[in-house]
Amino acid sequence: MTSLFGENDLWGPLDPTKDAGYGEDRPKRKGFFTDTSICIGCKACEVACKEWNDVPADHFDMLGSSYDNSHSLNANQWRHVAFIEQPTRAEPRQTVDLGMPVRAPSRPPEEEPGEDAEKPDFRWLMSSDVCKHCTHAACLDVCPTGSLFRSEFGTVVVQDDICNGCGYCVAACPYGVIERRRAPEGDKNVGIAQKCTLCYDRLGAGMTPACAQACPTQSIQFGDVDELRERADARVAELHEAGIMDARLYGNDPDDGIGGAGAFFLLLDEPEVYGLPPDPVVTTHDLSRMFHRATTAAAFMLAGAVVSFLGRRR
Amino acid sequence: MTHVQQGRRRRGAERSMVPEADFTSYYGRPIVKPSPWEADIPAYLFAGGLAAGSSLIAAGADLTGRPTLRRAGRLAAVGALGFSMAALVHDLGKPSRFLNMLRTVKLTSPMSVGTWILSTYGPFAGAAAAAEVTGLLPERYGRTSPLPLVSWLGRPAGLVAALTAPPVAAYTAVLLADTATPAWHSAYKELPFVFVASGSAAAAGLGMIAAPTAETAPVRRMAVAGALAELAMEHRMERSMGVTAETLHQGKVGRLMRAAKVLTAAGAAGALLAGRSRVVAAASGAALLLGSACTRFGVFEAGQESAKDPKYTVVPQRERLEREGPVRYHP
Repeated sequence: MTSLFGENDLWGPLDPTKDAGYGEDRPKRKGFFTDTSICIGCKACEVACKEWNDVPADHFDMLGSSYDNSHSLNANQWRHVAFIEQPTRAEPRQTVDLGMPVRAPSRPPEEEPGEDAEKPDFRWLMSSDVCKHCTHAACLDVCPTGSLFRSEFGTVVVQDDICNGCGYCVAACPYGVIERRRAPEGDKNVGIAQKCTLCYDRLGAGMTPACAQACPTQSIQFGDVDELRERADARVAELHEAGIMDARLYGNDPDDGIGGAGAFFLLLDEPEVYGLPPDPVVTTHDLSRMFHRATTAAAFMLAGAVVSFLGRRR
Repeated sequence: MTHVQQGRRRRGAERSMVPEADFTSYYGRPIVKPSPWEADIPAYLFAGGLAAGSSLIAAGADLTGRPTLRRAGRLAAVGALGFSMAALVHDLGKPSRFLNMLRTVKLTSPMSVGTWILSTYGPFAGAAAAAEVTGLLPERYGRTSPLPLVSWLGRPAGLVAALTAPPVAAYTAVLLADTATPAWHSAYKELPFVFVASGSAAAAGLGMIAAPTAETAPVRRMAVAGALAELAMEHRMERSMGVTAETLHQGKVGRLMRAAKVLTAAGAAGALLAGRSRVVAAASGAALLLGSACTRFGVFEAGQESAKDPKYTVVPQRERLEREGPVRYHP
């Protein structure tokens, strides 16, 4: 729409690392594939992330909603395990071994004999959420200081010493991931934007990010995004074959509203059940149109003033 | 609006005792985060619009020989600009690093572009105001240089300020709209028009307060046009916002937006019908200023509220999914 930007700069499939100017010798884009069908909700990822990245724990309290005691992704929570307790739906569900712990109902077997007694009347959905490291990252695009940048691994990282805490990225993120750190008082990064770096320091040393390293079920898989996408396709096909038709991938498509996420998911229900937006579109998708509307409005303002002063004296 | 439509709307409201929009969420918790911005930012939106409109008025008054109006416009512009800068710096998480805004030029960041717009406009608005101040100094200072130069620069500086002023008023709409905040992004088509109209009306209101009626005919016209444009574009904006327009009608935001409409309409009526009365002109001007401020605070708070409720993130995306299927890139 406008020649100010390169092709697919704001929208559409793109190699973000190449687009950011890294040369041909750049490493492959790195990311996460979080397979929530085998998440056991152990929170090892949350703990490992906090330990490695020195993320303060300042809001530990039970919320009264399932086993979630870490609220959301925020400045002090770079991995967040969501717990959803869900009544089993009316339609018959084939029991398939997912490697998830299944608990038999506690009522006496004589009350309800037969196969049904083996099935729990609810299911757990557990999912470890994280920054998506979008191909079109709104936080990065709106950052006025250049503090947020695209790393050579294709990830999106805040430079703590550049950020001046303007907070624009907070409002721009379609997933509500990045946030300005408010507490604890005295922390050196209070007042500036904080989020997952995909363990930039560990990647540089050829290591696996802390959360993926700590995950005991390989629910969090780390690797080259290209390969992870293939692995995700294979896994969802496997689950469909096993009759788990609810299984779906989220964020894996390079044609989607954010150009595909570097960290994508296999979910067993609609995204919003997990606190994810169902079909997000990066705000910069409309940036050219916004620019044109604002330019037109400014022209109207100028013209309005001119016309006002051209009229009669009184 | 016809009675039939109003009746329908009322029945809809009764039905909404039951949750009207069916959507799921993670324990009702927000998806997107509200901006960490506080009252500084809507106050800045108002002051930025006021500064821009005042620079336009000052230039018009200068070229058409209206000295009181010119002086009021130049001084208001620099005052509002100074307030704006203070508000913007105060709102940063690390105010000591505000100069980091100037370490890069980033076209994808409305805040970066806005910083450079302000950095362009500011010195010229400042120079025009400085010329005005030298005119206010006692005669004996007039002979010592460089005051005559400063005074001579008033007109060219004021004209450049006027040309660079409209972007100051318009970019703030993109600043809000270029976010995932539902009530701001969904308003992106009309918001720049609402904001420039609001800025024009506010500045015209200030002109009506500050200058004698003999000089204010143009600003009265600007007041009426700005107020009507603001009301019309705000109405249109609500229609294109979809479900997020609700946030403009609820609670505190609803009261702010209603107050904005009443004050803006009253200010326009006063300017149109009795603007040649000094008292009515001043009262109308005050109403326009207040109305503009209410609009900015209302739009700002509507966005914050829309981010806090997952409904406004989920429902519009679900509606689009149902209508068009998932968003996919087609070259």
